[in-house]
Amino acid sequence: MSVTDSPVTATLRKVAVIGNPNTGKSTLFNALTGMQSRTGNFPGVTVEKKIGRLHLDNRVVDLIDLPGTYSLSPRTPDEMVSVDVLLGRQKDVGEVDAIVCIVDASNLERNLYLVSQVLDLGLPAILVLNMWDVAQARQVSIDVEGLRQRLGMQVIVCEAHRRMGVHELRQAIIHSDTLVAPIRPMPFPEEFYAECGLLKKTLTALGSRKLPFYLIERLLIDVDGHVEIQLAAEHGEGLTSVLKDARARLRESGCRVPIVEAKARYRWAREILDGVASVPRTRVTTRSDRIDRVLTHRFIGLLFFAAVMFLVFQAIYTWSGPLMDVIESGQNIVADLVQASVPVGPLRSLLIDGAIAGVGGVLIFVPQIALLFFFIAILEDCGYMARAAFVMDRLMTKLGLSGKSFVPLMSSFACAIPGVMATRVIENRRDRMVTILVAPLMSCSARLPVYLLMTTAFVPPVMYAGGWVSLREIVLFVMYLVGIFVAIPVAWLLRKTFFKGETPPFVMELPSYKWPSIRIVMARVLDCSKAFVVRAGTLIFATTVLVWAAGYFPADHTAQHQLAAQIELSEIQIAQFYADGNQSAAKQATVELTELLEKQNQISGDLIEASFLGRTGHAIEPFVKPLGWDWKIGVGVIASFPAREVIIATLGTIYSLGGDVAEDDASLTDKLRAAKHPDGTPVFNVAVACSIMVFFALCAQCAATLMVIRRETNSWRWPIFTFAYMTTLAYVGALVTYQVGMLLLT
Amino acid sequence: MTTLDSLNEGQKARILDVIGEDAIAMRLMEMGLTDGEEVEHLGCAPLGDPIEFFIRGYRLSLRATEARRVVVERIA
Repeated sequence: MSVTDSPVTATLRKVAVIGNPNTGKSTLFNALTGMQSRTGNFPGVTVEKKIGRLHLDNRVVDLIDLPGTYSLSPRTPDEMVSVDVLLGRQKDVGEVDAIVCIVDASNLERNLYLVSQVLDLGLPAILVLNMWDVAQARQVSIDVEGLRQRLGMQVIVCEAHRRMGVHELRQAIIHSDTLVAPIRPMPFPEEFYAECGLLKKTLTALGSRKLPFYLIERLLIDVDGHVEIQLAAEHGEGLTSVLKDARARLRESGCRVPIVEAKARYRWAREILDGVASVPRTRVTTRSDRIDRVLTHRFIGLLFFAAVMFLVFQAIYTWSGPLMDVIESGQNIVADLVQASVPVGPLRSLLIDGAIAGVGGVLIFVPQIALLFFFIAILEDCGYMARAAFVMDRLMTKLGLSGKSFVPLMSSFACAIPGVMATRVIENRRDRMVTILVAPLMSCSARLPVYLLMTTAFVPPVMYAGGWVSLREIVLFVMYLVGIFVAIPVAWLLRKTFFKGETPPFVMELPSYKWPSIRIVMARVLDCSKAFVVRAGTLIFATTVLVWAAGYFPADHTAQHQLAAQIELSEIQIAQFYADGNQSAAKQATVELTELLEKQNQISGDLIEASFLGRTGHAIEPFVKPLGWDWKIGVGVIASFPAREVIIATLGTIYSLGGDVAEDDASLTDKLRAAKHPDGTPVFNVAVACSIMVFFALCAQCAATLMVIRRETNSWRWPIFTFAYMTTLAYVGALVTYQVGMLLLT
Repeated sequence: MTTLDSLNEGQKARILDVIGEDAIAMRLMEMGLTDGEEVEHLGCAPLGDPIEFFIRGYRLSLRATEARRVVVERIA
């Protein structure tokens, strides 16, 4: 029975969970809610909104997971979300009844900084001393009862990854209505609070809405902070000068805003911990520290890093292959079933080429996503992820990014979809956005079939260095470099235009190593795969069906359907002849079947020319002509919008080979080599092939990536922007390649 | 003027000041780099930057450009 049906149920309570990064917050959140959480985005920002429901003793509590943060001083709209949620100002969440504040017990002093801000909010709160085992390994001893008395709040000891203390915490959350509001720390000097009182009066006089006391403090402390920006927009210059005067008065009395906050709060933290917690005077070298000495060593560290990254890359690039094959054969089995039970016609085509291809087109990415997040979850859970960022930061700052962008970008060489999803590890919005927007430039595995087709067909098999290096390999390598070298100026431009401001600091805590938990890792894999299928899948599916419709309508398919029916009949006959032992009849029928198939491929090619897709291809021919393309290549490029590799099947269809061709199909390379313009000159040459490759290296012909960007940025603006800028780059790149290529050829 | 980035591996220092009042200075102070605190240089990343420090009982990594904002005096 669902608890919500019960008449005894009290009103739904809401409890927010907050904590520093690396305190095991998400592990604890999952342990509490048992994976039953809804994820989405807070409106207008990139902050993920995760809400889990707790049922116990006929009570229901919604647990709201807030992003890990070191402080509640909002400088950006993203940081403001957490403060707004906690103060009940976030409309889509509503009033919050209590706060659970998770801290790292081995690092109490630093963690109490955030706690002091949470207590200043005035809401009932529970303090969770997580990572108790790490604290003990570091010889930190804490008098829990003493801490409870000093803080005036409930304190619970936890080891989230071993599920210790989880039950007790769940009870405390469920019964959080019995909690009393805690003692406010009031860490600032009296003058500060006097100025807050004055400011409050001034705001009322200015006709401002009633502000929570915490926001008045923030307004005074955070010079150019988000609260000031918001209110200045409402009240204009008047408020700015009031603030300036108030801050000047505080400075004169020795209370220097904004630096007073850190000093005051850390002084408070030390007073609270004095006599309650004891930290060894000298640094204790734990096993984790000894491991770290090796893993961040100048040579061994780099070697180990390279080995780990190679393993991760291998996994998504190679190991995902068999799993993807399984999905593909599953797709074929379902398609065969439909073929056997649905008569030839538009419905069958919709089901097979639209619906099943659409579902397959979504599921095909799941192995790569699942594998990447399997490794990311392990690396994060054991603590190596922070080291990876630490090791790579120097290199990535050269691109204007931080070390945290390395794993997402590297993963994008296998597939941009898990790569874009992996940017969630980057807390800084600017770094994250720039990484998301350049990730699709990395040459993913879907580009490889296009490169292979073009190089085998048009790049001569010249060998260099005594047969060690072939020209084809060099061309292939250059194609991979194109994306990287274009990404550098693009990232630079993005930081100079849309994402201006100072380089965000790389202030990061290196957590202790621990064994990863299988449960946590698997939960993460499931979570990410599910999120992709549910939230990006529908849009990817819709795109596939749309492109199918564009390639199917409005042509007249009767002749094709008759032929298809004839072919199926003929196949059955042949099987029958073989079964009867009538070899000659079977051979005769096979010859006829081959003719029929050829005819069908011919008709399919004609039909696609008559479809919306074909017409569009003809319409854009003047635009693609400078790239050295004819309308057929144009059609292939448009049809490959759902996924780049589709161009091979489309070219197969247009060149009357049927849609089942592979990139290494000799008949396709032959057809391409033989293709002629109406005036008799060949369509393809090295310049055209390179122009196509450069186009595909730089274009955003991947609906799935664009939909994932939409999901991750919570806006249509960025996928549209990505498509526009990449298509422009691809066009210009292909144009230059072809024109220069032709000059070199003649 | 000695700044945090100029320490050698294993050296300890006491913080005198954090330069500036911008977002980076505030973030450094929020992480516990306030005057009077003791810091120890633990080592560098393999490529030389960022640098790892020990402060207030935990390990913090900073880029050299950020560490340059922290004025310190060496402790013997």
